[in-house]
Amino acid sequence: MLLLECPYCGVKAEETELTAGGEAHLKRFGPGSSGEEFEAYMFARKNPKGVHFERWRHAYGCGKWFLAARCTATLEVFGTYPAQTTEPPADLVEKIKAKRPDWKGTK
Amino acid sequence: MSTRLSKGGRLIDRTAPQEFTFNGKRMRGFGGDTLAAALLANDQMLVGRSFKYHRPRGIVASGAEEPNALVNMGEGGRFEPNQRTTTTELFDGLTCTSQNHWPSLEFDVGVVNNYASRFLPAGFYYKTFIHPRFAWKHVFEPIVRQSAGLGKVPKDRDADRYEQAYAFCDILVVGGGVAGLQAALTAAKAGKSVWLIEQTAHWGGRAVVDGAVIEGQPAEAWVNAALQTLERMENVTIRSRCMAAGSYDHGYVLCDEKVADHTPGDGRPRHRLWRLRAGQIIAATGAIERPLSFAGNDIPGVMLAAAVRDYLVNWAVAAGDRTVVVTNNDDAYRTAIALKEAGLEVPVVLDARASVSGELPARARALGIRVETGRAIAKVKGGKRVTGVAICAQAGQGAVIEEIDCDAVAMSGGWSPVVHLWSHCGGKLKWDDAQAQFAPDKARPPINHDGGALVLTAGAASGVLSTADVLADATEAAGGGAVPAAQDAAEGAMEPVWVMPQGAPVALRMKMWLDYQNDVKVSDVQLAAREGYTSVEHTKRYTTLGMATDQGKLSNINGLAVLADSLSAPIPQVGTTTFRPPYTPVTIGALAGEARVDIFQPLRRTPIHDWHVAQNAYLEPVGLWQRPYCYPRAGETHEQAVHREVKNTRSNVGLLDASTLGKIIVKGPDAGKFLDMLYTNVMSNLAVGKCRYGLMCNEQGFLSDDGVVARIDEDTWLCHTTSGGSDRIHAWMEDWLQCEWWDWQVYTANVTEQYAQIAVVGPKARQVLEKLGGMDVSKETLPFMQWADGTLGGFNARVYRISFSGELSYEIAVPASEGRAFWDALVAAGAEFGMMPYGTEGLHVLRAEKGFIMIGDETDGTVIPQDLNLGWAISKKKADYLGKRGQERPYLASPDRWKLVGLETLDGSVIPDGSYAPAPGMNANGQRNTQGRVTSTYFSPTLGKGIAMGLVKGGLSRLGETIEMTRLDGSTMQVKIVDPVFYDKEGEKQNV
Ligand SMILES: [Zn+2]
Repeated sequence: MLLLECPYCGVKAEETELTAGGEAHLKRFGPGSSGEEFEAYMFARKNPKGVHFERWRHAYGCGKWFLAARCTATLEVFGTYPAQTTEPPADLVEKIKAKRPDWKGTK
Repeated sequence: MSTRLSKGGRLIDRTAPQEFTFNGKRMRGFGGDTLAAALLANDQMLVGRSFKYHRPRGIVASGAEEPNALVNMGEGGRFEPNQRTTTTELFDGLTCTSQNHWPSLEFDVGVVNNYASRFLPAGFYYKTFIHPRFAWKHVFEPIVRQSAGLGKVPKDRDADRYEQAYAFCDILVVGGGVAGLQAALTAAKAGKSVWLIEQTAHWGGRAVVDGAVIEGQPAEAWVNAALQTLERMENVTIRSRCMAAGSYDHGYVLCDEKVADHTPGDGRPRHRLWRLRAGQIIAATGAIERPLSFAGNDIPGVMLAAAVRDYLVNWAVAAGDRTVVVTNNDDAYRTAIALKEAGLEVPVVLDARASVSGELPARARALGIRVETGRAIAKVKGGKRVTGVAICAQAGQGAVIEEIDCDAVAMSGGWSPVVHLWSHCGGKLKWDDAQAQFAPDKARPPINHDGGALVLTAGAASGVLSTADVLADATEAAGGGAVPAAQDAAEGAMEPVWVMPQGAPVALRMKMWLDYQNDVKVSDVQLAAREGYTSVEHTKRYTTLGMATDQGKLSNINGLAVLADSLSAPIPQVGTTTFRPPYTPVTIGALAGEARVDIFQPLRRTPIHDWHVAQNAYLEPVGLWQRPYCYPRAGETHEQAVHREVKNTRSNVGLLDASTLGKIIVKGPDAGKFLDMLYTNVMSNLAVGKCRYGLMCNEQGFLSDDGVVARIDEDTWLCHTTSGGSDRIHAWMEDWLQCEWWDWQVYTANVTEQYAQIAVVGPKARQVLEKLGGMDVSKETLPFMQWADGTLGGFNARVYRISFSGELSYEIAVPASEGRAFWDALVAAGAEFGMMPYGTEGLHVLRAEKGFIMIGDETDGTVIPQDLNLGWAISKKKADYLGKRGQERPYLASPDRWKLVGLETLDGSVIPDGSYAPAPGMNANGQRNTQGRVTSTYFSPTLGKGIAMGLVKGGLSRLGETIEMTRLDGSTMQVKIVDPVFYDKEGEKQNV
């Protein structure tokens, strides 16, 4: 039962208040995209053991979607941030690099 | 024999006698007794039979780790099996029976398994599954079914209630021994909010029994003072009889508080399940003593040394008159000393170590107790109770040196820290050679959300044993502070002993029990190793070691040490099995809490619900909604009611409570653009005042929901969704608006429950509304697929001319608060026109007669709109919509796809639900090929015959063809492919 802080309302939300939305920062491929691009968008997921970026919705709270960076192995949460972005905030990336020197980054 | 001593017993109240029965036999105990203490006080050494061999079993331990002394507790609605007598507090009138025997505890037929034990080795179950083939079903299974199973299953509804509660704290301290008390004091004094819980009714743990001295006073005095201090602190919450069952991610801890187990029927909830969220957990959960593996170590009267001491000191119960102590460490000498000082006989202390020189052995010798070093038990003598021991050299193979009569054996193989809460959420263990134990590796704790340690251990749970070390460790775990001074006897080094004697032959190893509850012996683990089970997890499952209700609290370390020895591998390399919650079993009632019977789940009811109930409607669940299926009249079957309702709607007028229909308002400057992405057709060009049917797909292109959209004003649309889909579709909209098109100016609101929506359906629908009066509902002013605001019978109403039945139909939305009154007005106005309400089944029949699809019937998550001949609802002009790219995948354009058709049997009968159309040949898995299936099938009262919709390979290109379909029972029927629109193909009736 994870605790994730909703960056909108500031509530330290318990997992039962949240719905999970899978991997964050996927780029949508619509009509005109190649089969490979569409396949990657629809089905290919990173599923790492370690640093991961995920979509969560504060479904039984303020209703907002937000993104979370956490370690899938230890469950350490590095930070949460609003969903209206295509990549994690730079300061969060720096924080994760400091804690996980082996991490290869988001790219 | 075990007996109550005339003096002592720190927990019992001799002025409060309590009567109870065991297997119908009346017995007496005292207030403060555990059931186990009271049974021993009544010389009830034999308390149960073992699981597999039905061997006589007695009480081994004094706490939660007890593997043997499980009983059926109570009667009727308060009956519960597998209750540990060692953790059950005695109360007046308690009734219990022993388990796992037939016909009686004293004479058990199943004991024949004992003599056949060489035919029931490790992996017995798995082996019998395999060969000989017939044997499992006809020989082994009936025997296993007859004899297996601990306890009986309760038959009556639980008479008790259970409650659940949430709580939060900075620090949760689990365990009320001196470590837990000191940790709680330290954290509380630092200003933290602290919860302190203890699984028993008493405080102080081992220290108060073993006579430690803390700050110059007996441990008990220090414990009482500490407890008083904590009770006075506002930032401390204290709960006894409260067991931490498991620790989970980010400090979530499930705690089972046994509120009224000891006062049944007093009106309080029996248990209270706490869902605790702790900033940090301090596990001061102590340690559990390990048995020693010698032949006959399961005979009633063989007990853990510390348990013998507990019964003596806490409850003034002597396990025997003559107790032999057998040990590999100094701590067991405390038992010998306590027994001797209580005036009981200790014929000998058998110490497996070659030499002993500690303070405690010296004290024992000074009391005149005979101490034999380098000695072991070759064999315990006795059947249903211990009669003596045969002594041998630990270093040898069991040649008997001497036999000694005794009626109890107190054994100690060292101590294992209780690391469950540490391990549940990922804390790592390390092997400690000096204590021969797995202890928490403090460098690798479970991780909290902030990256810090989620669980810390304190005291014996950390692997430290002396009172001074325990208090220092607990203080440090709680953040540091003053450590109370403590003294107890200095102990010499222990020496691991995993098999006794060291070179025991197989005849002895077959009588050495590792797991008492599941009847796993040293020889079983050794056999598993020989058969190639090198992983501890595999060995556990193969032998069932540690898989009983005690989860191997006594057996795990001994078992894996034997496995490691058999594999010639070091113990840390073999490792432990995974620790999983709960620490001790939690009754299902506590987990269910108040969520049972009427409040098992929340129910959604429309504003008109009470009317339906008053009309004796037959209700069916639709998601969490309760909807009328039909309204049977006196003497009518449900089927007859549905037929009447359908016919009346087609010929007169019907009334449907459609309030559950999803209603989502989409508003804003970009709302039209947004809906064009959401729906497969165009919604942005819908004129104000008009309605349009739309389809929503997921990104794979598969049909997800449908409904009619109404343009309310320049920047507002109202989207109807399916009854079950409103929450999902609203969330879907929000997902895209928040996470993909966050710069679009659109707002959504799910107003499903804000409106009651009522469908007035049938040729006389207009007459009913005109009778109510107030607004023009004529064809000219309000034609099909338009809507208008106005009043009807004085109610503010929004009237949609939409139809899911093919009839002249008005769906009328009024504020939810007025829904019932408006319904009543309609019922009154409709009486002269023969209006009748119809339910969800009638709705289904009406739509199927018209060939209208139903999400969830015709769709299953793999169907695209094109499969359902709904290509007309897909825009060809739009560059993009959700699902468009997915639908462009080549295989979705295949002519071989199964497509929507109508189906009819040749004789007019109804095709059974679930019917499939087989095709020639077999697939790669050797199954029959198929070419279609039924998706909706009904008897049409309008047409007087069975009608169905289905998905068939090739779809309507095969119109007129007859194919074979199979019923679920395998029989076949001939089915004709027809137009799915069975009634009013031109759609004239809805457009009047
Ligand atoms: Zn929020």
